[in-house]
Amino acid sequence: MDKFRMIFQFLQSNQESFMNGICGIMALASAQMYSAFDFNCPCLPHYNLAYGLGILLVPPFILFLLGFVLNNNVSMLAEEWRRPQGQREKDPAVLRYMFCSMAQRAMIAPAVWVSVTLLDGKCITCAFCTSVPVETLGNTSHPGLSQGEMKRVLARIPCKEIYNGQELIANEVAVRYLRCISQALGWCFILLMTTLAFLVRSLRPCFTQAAFLKSRYWSHYIDIERKLFDETCAEHARSFAKVCIQQFFEGMSTDLASAHCHPPRKAPADVGEAAEKLLGITDQGTMNTALKSWHRCKPPLHLHPPALPSGNGWGGGQANLLPQICCRTLCSCHFTQIPP
Amino acid sequence: MDRFRMIFQYFQSNSESVMNGICGLLALASVKMYTCFDFSCPCLPRYNMAYGLGIMFVPPIALFLCGLILNRQSLVMLEEWRRPQGCRKKDLAVIRYMCSSIMQRAMIAPVIWIIVTLLDGKCLICAFSSSVDPEKFVGFANTSLVQVQQLLAKVPCKDDELMRNNTSRKAVSRYLRCWSQALGWSILLILIIAAFLACWLRPCFNQATLLQARHWSNYIDIEQKIFEETCCEHSRLFAHKCILHFFESMRREMKLHSFSLPREGEGAEGEENLLRDITDKDQVNKLLKMWYYEKPPLNVNQCTLYKFSQHTDV
Repeated sequence: MDKFRMIFQFLQSNQESFMNGICGIMALASAQMYSAFDFNCPCLPHYNLAYGLGILLVPPFILFLLGFVLNNNVSMLAEEWRRPQGQREKDPAVLRYMFCSMAQRAMIAPAVWVSVTLLDGKCITCAFCTSVPVETLGNTSHPGLSQGEMKRVLARIPCKEIYNGQELIANEVAVRYLRCISQALGWCFILLMTTLAFLVRSLRPCFTQAAFLKSRYWSHYIDIERKLFDETCAEHARSFAKVCIQQFFEGMSTDLASAHCHPPRKAPADVGEAAEKLLGITDQGTMNTALKSWHRCKPPLHLHPPALPSGNGWGGGQANLLPQICCRTLCSCHFTQIPP
Repeated sequence: MDRFRMIFQYFQSNSESVMNGICGLLALASVKMYTCFDFSCPCLPRYNMAYGLGIMFVPPIALFLCGLILNRQSLVMLEEWRRPQGCRKKDLAVIRYMCSSIMQRAMIAPVIWIIVTLLDGKCLICAFSSSVDPEKFVGFANTSLVQVQQLLAKVPCKDDELMRNNTSRKAVSRYLRCWSQALGWSILLILIIAAFLACWLRPCFNQATLLQARHWSNYIDIEQKIFEETCCEHSRLFAHKCILHFFESMRREMKLHSFSLPREGEGAEGEENLLRDITDKDQVNKLLKMWYYEKPPLNVNQCTLYKFSQHTDV
């Protein structure tokens, strides 16, 4: 019991810190991905906007979905949402709490990507270089160009090597202008996100603390119950398998003995444990038959009532503890049918 | 018992050191962010002031809010402030103490950002280059007003074609940087003197109240942690019983080896004490609601404990 308690405490305390760790790693990964990414503005009138906004918005969406995928509580949420009601009511508040806490963690990496992108400035420079106000920033004495021609010239602003509009508007002036706007947007976005996070965190104790305590308790409970159920089933499966195999060997031994017209060998009381464990199979031929039989014709998942005297075979107590386990009864719990 | 005592001591010492650690990390993060940030002044007449002052003041606000969010004690303080009174009176001195300690810790990273910004000088040069008096500088003295505004706005941009070889640009830049650094050092000095005075003069005023406030604020923090721990423990045992009943209802004689008969007698008492007969959903909800609406009085005499435990057995 103590061992279970310690393991569960570790998992419980660790679950939160584990999820926070994953969250932090994804945020760092998104910043690193951005710096490793080789941004290549196409410098063509309509493509610039698509490329710039695409780089700004598509990776965050992917990171958001990845945040959900890496969170192993998603399956728990889905299970709780889709289960039949049965004898236990479903509480939508608990489902909402679980979803919100997952969504909050998944939002961090995309927010980091968008902030880093805006503060760096390349995306906005690429996307909006054709919208630079030439009248205020540029050379007003330059002979007028057609709209299309002007757009083509302005679209080359991010690509300094091929920019040919220096007389129209200096490249550095335009880049500085766009970058200033981008960085202002970036800092405003960061401020907005931190304000939202602050409001979400600080308004909760003022309004819904009791409901929050309830939802948090029951969502932890669902998680622990699931883990404990899996553990219990694993223990049960182990005991089941032990008894099943024990009964197979005994059946084998009895069959072989009756085929050779020998009475089944009962281990005499004063023989050592090793002899008991041999279960009457003491030569190569018998062992080979047993192995072939195990492969060709596995025993049914149906344990006989205990005809064995206690103390015979392995963990004699085991057999007594699992007298009427039938595979079909077992399968009426949540797992799949095992064919008899 | 010993194990509980060790855990208590760990929480006690750890809460403060965790908060100080977070505060330090945030301060380092703010310096790192400033050095990584690629400051690029727009060098346009009205945009300079907005950009320069924006970079100086907007990130500190974000860092302050981050400092509040990352500090667990701010939630504890809010809860204590907003809870219904119930059986336990609210002590405003404790709430004020918690609030002031949270604010002090949250202010460190923003102040560091502002000081680093001022000592570096780029922000102030960008923001105020259009506001200097052009008569003081030879290169800008005899030009028209509009022209001089344009030229001064370009001072922060060293590589601009107009400013590349302009010696007056360097003069303006040095002048503004000198002001910026003087301001930065003065603010630093004032803050350090204020902190020093606060540390030294505090014991002269209300030391007893301060000790009480600090004790009870630690207590509230630890109580919160232990409540969460106890709820976890309780939900674990609740799940344990629930699954046990589930398996037993399937087949009566099945007992897994860890729940075998001989041990159940000893284990049952310990579990009984922890569960306190709270064995269904409504009872747990009622317990949680009672914890929020009517916190128990701060009195752990034996008879009060017994009364309270009876009270929850619904």
